[in-house]
Amino acid sequence: MTQDRKKIVFHHYESTSFSEPGNANKLFFPFYCLNSLVRNSFTFAYSTNQMTTFKIPDFTKSPTIDQVGIEERVARFNTRSIKKESKVKGLKLILNMIDLTTLEGKDTEGKVKQMCYKAMHLHDILPDLPTVAAVCVYPPMVRAAKQALLNSKVKVASVATAFPSGQSTRQVKLLDTRYAVEEGADEIDMVISRGEYLKGNYNFVFDEIAAVKQACGPARLKVIFETGELSTLDNIRRISDLAMYAGADFIKTSTGKISPAATMPVTLVMLEAIRDFYFTTGKMIGMKPAGGISTAKSGLQYLVMLRETLGNDWLSNEWFRFGASSLANDVLMQLVKEKTGVYQSKDYFSAD
Amino acid sequence: MTRLDILKTYKIYIGGQFPRTESGRYYPLTGRNKELLANVCLSSRKDFRNAIVAARTAFAGWSSRSGFNRGQILYRIAEMLEGRKEQFIAELMIQGSTPKAASEEVSCSVDLLVYYAGWCDKYQALFSSVNPVASSHFNFSVPEAMGVVSIISSEESSLLGLVSSIAPVITGGNTCVVLASESKPLCSVTFAEVLNSSDVPGGVVNILTGKSSELHQHFASHMDVNALNYHREDKKEITNIREQACLNVKRVFTHSASDVTSGSPYLILENQEIKTTWHPVEQIGPGKAGY
Amino acid sequence: MKKNKTPKPLNFSTGWDYAPAPESTDHIKLEKQYDLFIGGKFVKPSGGKYFDTINPATEKKLASIAIAETKDVDKAVQAARKAYDTVWGKMPGAERSKYIFRIARMIQERAREFSVIESMDGGKPIRESRDIDIPLAANHFFYYAGWADKLNYAFPNRKPSSLGVAAQIIPWNFPLLMAAWKIAPALATGNTVVLKPAETTPLTALKLAELIRDSGLPDGVVNIITGAGNTGAAMVGHTGVDKIAFTGSTDVGKLIQKSIAGTNKKLTLELGGKAANIIFEDAPLDQAVEGIINGIFFNQGHVCCAGSRLFIQENVADIVIRKLKQRMETLIIGDPLDKNTDIGAINSKEQLQTILKYIQIGKNEGADIYQSSCSMPAKGFFCKPTLFLNTSQSHRIVQEEIFGPVLTIQTFRTIEEVIEKANNIPYGLSAGVWTDKGSKIFNLTSRLRAGVVWANTYNKFDPTSPFGGYKESGFGREGGLHGLMPYLKF
Repeated sequence: MTQDRKKIVFHHYESTSFSEPGNANKLFFPFYCLNSLVRNSFTFAYSTNQMTTFKIPDFTKSPTIDQVGIEERVARFNTRSIKKESKVKGLKLILNMIDLTTLEGKDTEGKVKQMCYKAMHLHDILPDLPTVAAVCVYPPMVRAAKQALLNSKVKVASVATAFPSGQSTRQVKLLDTRYAVEEGADEIDMVISRGEYLKGNYNFVFDEIAAVKQACGPARLKVIFETGELSTLDNIRRISDLAMYAGADFIKTSTGKISPAATMPVTLVMLEAIRDFYFTTGKMIGMKPAGGISTAKSGLQYLVMLRETLGNDWLSNEWFRFGASSLANDVLMQLVKEKTGVYQSKDYFSAD
Repeated sequence: MTRLDILKTYKIYIGGQFPRTESGRYYPLTGRNKELLANVCLSSRKDFRNAIVAARTAFAGWSSRSGFNRGQILYRIAEMLEGRKEQFIAELMIQGSTPKAASEEVSCSVDLLVYYAGWCDKYQALFSSVNPVASSHFNFSVPEAMGVVSIISSEESSLLGLVSSIAPVITGGNTCVVLASESKPLCSVTFAEVLNSSDVPGGVVNILTGKSSELHQHFASHMDVNALNYHREDKKEITNIREQACLNVKRVFTHSASDVTSGSPYLILENQEIKTTWHPVEQIGPGKAGY
Repeated sequence: MKKNKTPKPLNFSTGWDYAPAPESTDHIKLEKQYDLFIGGKFVKPSGGKYFDTINPATEKKLASIAIAETKDVDKAVQAARKAYDTVWGKMPGAERSKYIFRIARMIQERAREFSVIESMDGGKPIRESRDIDIPLAANHFFYYAGWADKLNYAFPNRKPSSLGVAAQIIPWNFPLLMAAWKIAPALATGNTVVLKPAETTPLTALKLAELIRDSGLPDGVVNIITGAGNTGAAMVGHTGVDKIAFTGSTDVGKLIQKSIAGTNKKLTLELGGKAANIIFEDAPLDQAVEGIINGIFFNQGHVCCAGSRLFIQENVADIVIRKLKQRMETLIIGDPLDKNTDIGAINSKEQLQTILKYIQIGKNEGADIYQSSCSMPAKGFFCKPTLFLNTSQSHRIVQEEIFGPVLTIQTFRTIEEVIEKANNIPYGLSAGVWTDKGSKIFNLTSRLRAGVVWANTYNKFDPTSPFGGYKESGFGREGGLHGLMPYLKF
């Protein structure tokens, strides 16, 4: 049984809110089993020719996380010494994984165009540089970004769903999403309803993600957890599992508006969730730490963590992104330093 | 017509039972006027082996009792001993004590049991520590019973030597097999009767009578004995014991009888292991990058 | 319903590799030849004999090391006795304290140099010598320094006093750290020391001798002599010694215990182990896997408290083993001086042969072997991280201490079963427990017969934390308040 994802006709979404955790699998049955009449199962059509059916687990039984153990593992990643050619290769990889971001109330088309030029021309004096992976903007800026990036491989990501707080009705969130997709967004970065999650209303959050995923159509969906508001690593593991089963293509730490934003321990918990999901379903999910990563050194540490947790197959911008605005220039400074042997100044690197 | 006295049969004490030695051997114990006092069991290595099995069986239960409960039981031993004071005084006297010395020895023994009864739920606090490690872990060390202890108690003293060798060992949750004084064995058997009526579970204390010269090497070499306490002065036996003890890295503690009769929590500590436990401490604080 | 195909394993082999990142050896000062440190001076051995210490990663000679003979041992003990009688035994604790603090600080200042030499002489990765061995050694001196003038507070109702001369024999797995574990409490309690490092790893102890000489510690308070088993035996047998502290194999420990049976020498033994590391279904599994890795591959498995017997609850065995194998694929084996090396060189050719012998025994016993696919250096003594699956308590590889990167794996069903199996061994040094349930942890930690129990962590060490074993793992504690007792009389 194969089915083209684009051709799936989604039923009108009806909000369901159930208080008993663990019933998600049953309760979603009428809505999700469009293609499969197997109870307690959920059918993923994740590429045109592949389809896999699997059970939706009880998310309250997600693995527990020991925070100190996670921090020790992170500390060990950070002892890796990345030198010479592996450093240059890593730095270029980082550049190519960046979602260059502007998410401000004062954003204008002009500002977005300038940033888009930077996205394609990171530092033209240095040959063989990649472009960034994408630019990340608010929905009203998508069209301008799309135009500015014509003829480039740089994608346009748009935040949606009442970013950054997510405090709105589902109707508004879905409209927000559809608008961004219609404007040309290749990727949608949604926020979850953290309040509902912390209330234990996992079915609500699952529904929400699944509904937004449908609204995305062909656009890839990144689900932002705002980990800084979720408090514990156990929560982060649980929401990671939930989001992946609900249809996330990427899971993402933060909006950048809350501190702490991305941290390595949080990202490691999410990477381990992705790994376990891969072994359960065969499906690869992407990871995007966002906010707070501003130095080349820190970027390399994330890459080490990625490489040693998920392996080399995830080492591309198809599966890993950095949500960052100032990271690119620090990486560029390091690349120039590697080439010239001279420590650099910010004055020599364009700030857009 | 005078009534014929009933003589007591002195047996050994293993696993809460009073068997005779499996070997069938005995040695006669005579009084001041060479009169026969008793035919005392000459325990064999097999008796010792059986006693160790009983002690090992009793260990899990005894060591996991609360300190409070062990304290009550030790206090109960003191009560029972106090109640049979006259019998012990008489026994000590026929073994050569003066009335005054006998009375003192029994009183001291009772008091020592009361002293250790009080320690049962306190030495842990004294010898434990919370260790301020430099990493994000909670770390603490506590004393824990060593296991099965074999004891060769004082030769000179019939009751106090025995009580002072047993009390700190069982206070700490160990079980034991004790060899009583060869020349003054009578009180040990009567003390076993006290133990038997004091809620001390069978096997916690096992008492053998016999010769250290025959038995000490088995006390030292048995692979299921964790520690040996030796309260005599025989240098040759001590050396021999220490040599045999290495077979299973047995802990050996030697004391003169007078060292132990005064009682000390450090004697409890001797037959304890120190166990250290680590566990991570999550540190998620408000308002900062907690993870 | 279509059955899921098993996803292909994660790919750790190709792609972004780490370039070599060797630690510099430029600032290391090594002599061609080292003599015996006796009475505050380096003196030639009476027999004039030397042996080579080599780098196990390159098999190249690093220096010539003196062999101390009976005469030299006697000289060292006499120097220690004289220092005890004339200076150290009488010195107020507060003054002793300052000397020990000074040693701690000087180790911190020269930490990098010590780390590099430790890795060169012993084969351990620089990441460990730099981040664990050397800092912990310095911290140990710092910790015990503070005790020297506070001993009367440590033992209620007792006035402790020092013993005299301590003979200390240490192993090759943590050369400087073990020297610190031995010397620091001995000095703090007012004893003087004759210490012998292991014959394959004498260099950091000899560098420590230089440091101690430079620190101004009175002559003879610490004497460091080198040699093999005969030197150690002469130390143990010397009548002028009051205290023996030994860390090493259970066999040698038993010999020492026997040989001093007729004396009044006090003894502490820190011997072998075969620790159970127990993973329950409700454990934080990824962190548990990390704990397994640290438990058995830390320091090439040359750790007496290594978690060498892994017990996994049957219903999570497959997933834990999959995660473990994946994690092993990311371990880098090679040059101990490379900052990215996870597993360095096996300490000696002899030890490598022992480990390989056990691997062969495991194969012969029919256990399933798994080794990571890492590349191996062409020269030097190296051993791949190795798992043996489907083992039982009856396998020799499960019963005997291998002292190498070899893990045996058993599964279990119930808590009673695993406690019985964990304790079913003559050793009792350490154990690990992984579960999210607090009450289960305390059940386990109180019923496991071991001196150190790590719950949801493994192989953690700290100067404040007592370390030492039950049963045939030895007696006496090192570290913490309890670590003072073996060096005092009351």
